[in-house]
Amino acid sequence: MSTPSHVAAHVHAPPQGFLRKYIFSTDHKVIGIQYYLLALVAVFVGLVLSLLMRWKLAWPNDPVPWFGDGPMLPEQYLALVTMHGTIMVFFVLTTAPQSGFGNYFLPIQIGAADMAFPVINMLSFWTTFVSFLVMVAAFFVAGGAPISGWTGYAPLSAVGEIAGPGQGLGQTLWIVSIAIFCAASLMGALNFIATTIDLRARGLSLMRMPLTVWAWFITAILALLAFGVLLAAGLLLLLDRIAGTSFFVPGGLVFTDKPVPHQGGSPLLWQHLFWFFGHPEVYIAILPSMGMASHLLSTFSRKPIFGYRAMVYAMGAIGFLGFCVWGHHMFASGMSPYSAMAFSVLTMSIGVPSAIKTFNWIGTLWGGQIRFTTAMLFAIGFVSLFVTGGLSGLFLAQPPVDQPLHDTYFVVAHFHLIMGVAAIFGIFGATYYWFPKMFGRFLNEGLGKLHFWITFAGVYLIFVPMHLMGFFGQPRRYAEGTAVQFLSAMEGPQQFVTIAALVTGLAQLIFLFNFLWSLKWGRKAEAINPWRSTSLEWTIPSPPPHDNFGGRQPVVHHGPYEYSVPGEPEDFIPQDAPPRPAPATGD
Amino acid sequence: MPATVIEELERAAVGTGGRGPARRDGGDGDDARRRAKPPTPRSAYFTGLVLGLAAIFMFFIALASAFVVRKGLGGDWRSFELPGLLWVNTVVLLASSLVVERARRLLRTQPAARFGAWWSTGSLLGIAFLVGQVAAWRQLAAQGIFLATNPASSFFYVFTAAHGVHVLGGLAALGYVAARGAAHQQSTGNLSADLTAGYWHFLGVLWVGLLLLLTFGR
Ligand code: HEM
Ligand SMILES: [Cu+2]
Repeated sequence: MSTPSHVAAHVHAPPQGFLRKYIFSTDHKVIGIQYYLLALVAVFVGLVLSLLMRWKLAWPNDPVPWFGDGPMLPEQYLALVTMHGTIMVFFVLTTAPQSGFGNYFLPIQIGAADMAFPVINMLSFWTTFVSFLVMVAAFFVAGGAPISGWTGYAPLSAVGEIAGPGQGLGQTLWIVSIAIFCAASLMGALNFIATTIDLRARGLSLMRMPLTVWAWFITAILALLAFGVLLAAGLLLLLDRIAGTSFFVPGGLVFTDKPVPHQGGSPLLWQHLFWFFGHPEVYIAILPSMGMASHLLSTFSRKPIFGYRAMVYAMGAIGFLGFCVWGHHMFASGMSPYSAMAFSVLTMSIGVPSAIKTFNWIGTLWGGQIRFTTAMLFAIGFVSLFVTGGLSGLFLAQPPVDQPLHDTYFVVAHFHLIMGVAAIFGIFGATYYWFPKMFGRFLNEGLGKLHFWITFAGVYLIFVPMHLMGFFGQPRRYAEGTAVQFLSAMEGPQQFVTIAALVTGLAQLIFLFNFLWSLKWGRKAEAINPWRSTSLEWTIPSPPPHDNFGGRQPVVHHGPYEYSVPGEPEDFIPQDAPPRPAPATGD
Repeated sequence: MPATVIEELERAAVGTGGRGPARRDGGDGDDARRRAKPPTPRSAYFTGLVLGLAAIFMFFIALASAFVVRKGLGGDWRSFELPGLLWVNTVVLLASSLVVERARRLLRTQPAARFGAWWSTGSLLGIAFLVGQVAAWRQLAAQGIFLATNPASSFFYVFTAAHGVHVLGGLAALGYVAARGAAHQQSTGNLSADLTAGYWHFLGVLWVGLLLLLTFGR
């Protein structure tokens, strides 16, 4: 192909200066790492916030570090709840698995040199970054951080300072940050989808895409459809706060003797809008980890993924059904029992594709030559957590059961196991697996296994007791239960959970150390393909060159999981290996 | 967002249609790490456009369903007479779409001498639409109908303002295409003109939908 000379100026030449190369880079690999590092900072911020909460819950009358000499105030506790949840959901679970790993590996796994729109890609990272700064700024403004939770329920979030110290400027910043985040996520989603549709290498049909690519692709579709809704909701909420409209604030509301000058709005409208986004959002958080876990389970069992097509369809079904079940978060809001039943049946039907995935993961492991690398341990841990967390979902999906369990620790346990921890396990697994590709060095396996076992035991020790506390009636989002007699019996379990959380939290420093140390001193990844994987990123140097394939254009001849194919010299076939000769007939 | 789309357009190159990244056949001698990346295929831009429109559509769907739900709560909803000017504005916006489309088709002929005139006329009509919308706001304000007066008026202002912001983005794109001229279009496969026109038509249809909702949902 001869290129007209005036075009040459338009192609993406490798950038030269430091700023263009590492800060305002349009290279998807740099952007992926930027997202990952942002999430890494965010996850430690979120972790510290959670440990402070746990401290208060275990020893309600003692001072908490950084919170003065007296006990922590309830509004301070609620501010921690809000910021912990928001930072974890948006800046960790939405950011690392999708924007981080997806950015880095989606283009490579489909054989492309970059995302379809590199400038939009750069903008979406920096917009996310600004959003994070605005969110964190809420801690430092007058009144402090908001107290209305990651769900920002109205009217608490809509009436301003009158509802609490953090409900002034803090809450406004929260909404603005979320709105910016929405814009960033929409740009990212657009890029992911267009890239997957239009930039795939020759031969890479849809049914040859690694499950990671499928997961990022479906997640991006969910994000594209969901974040616009949150943006709209946020806009209306902001208007209620600053322009005196009454979308969400009902009439006749009185806060500590002060009437609120609004009328006729509907707090339930906020809940509908929020959860129409919110439920797909929980799948945005977990689908990439499903993809990454599938990828690792197949690789380290040296077996094709069990039921590849079923896995793809199951992810599609989960994505689709995810838009039809938001009402299960509102069973206790007084909705009509008929709608509750519809939402309940739809919700439980998500159990079907979820179970298909679980069986296929186990089917993949079954009879495999399993290699217990740290990455594999985290992938197996992911499956374990997905099952335990999903089961409690089936309890909550039934309105009569949810009625007493709603807003208790049972729900907290459910979503932490399945969303929080399972997704984080996916991220950890992917980190141990891809670190050598991204940085040219291995993470230390010994430290990795130590990190895995402490974390794995730790999260169960933290969250299993929370299910029981939920049955017992321990409400969520309460700073302390000291004044409530039946809750004082919870003192022991609360302290147990806090100690487990402190230990597990500290164990994350092992990971942080491993990460930083290995960047510089880790064992060199000499081989291009140390795990003997099939996908395209393992056919190029570590770290990959600026244009990924060094001018070569890969052509794909194989499915993504051709492991242990009988009659082959190696136990894996790279996706771009030459096609296998058609089986000889008649001998 | 349109501004970023424009930046992307800058990077668009000719003749890269079809699937998959274009092959670059540089020699193997030079350092592979420094090799430039191939340009984005034309098809991806249109996929991107459709996706962007889908996202915008979801945003307005959310607002529209909020409208329906909030109105259903009855009570304090006071509907008001929509300014007749809105219908004039609608005609202007649709006319703008037609003119822009005509300009876009002119690009297929060589040389597209009258492209600039038609395209600019379409853009001016777009500006006229926005001016008309602001005038409609002022009429309402003169009657004492403001954003926070009533849920009906709140939604009216939210819809028109949100749509107006998207129109502003469209105007920026229209202006960019006009400024670069026909020759630029024809040397880049009309990419930015096609994309901008697609976005612009969408805004026209979206406005009609919103106006119908506001009129009959009042
Ligand atoms: C079979 C699958 C699942 C079912 C049946 C299910 C069901 C439910 C139900 C009914 C609730 C509402 C409980 C209440 O507030 O009273 C809930 C809450 C929640 N679920 Fe699930 N769930 C499932 C899977 C998931 C997954 C995969 C995730 C995330 C990756 C997730 C994340 C959450 C979150 C974050 C909440 C609580 C949000 C909040 O109130 O702050 N769930 N789930
Ligand atoms: Cu849900």
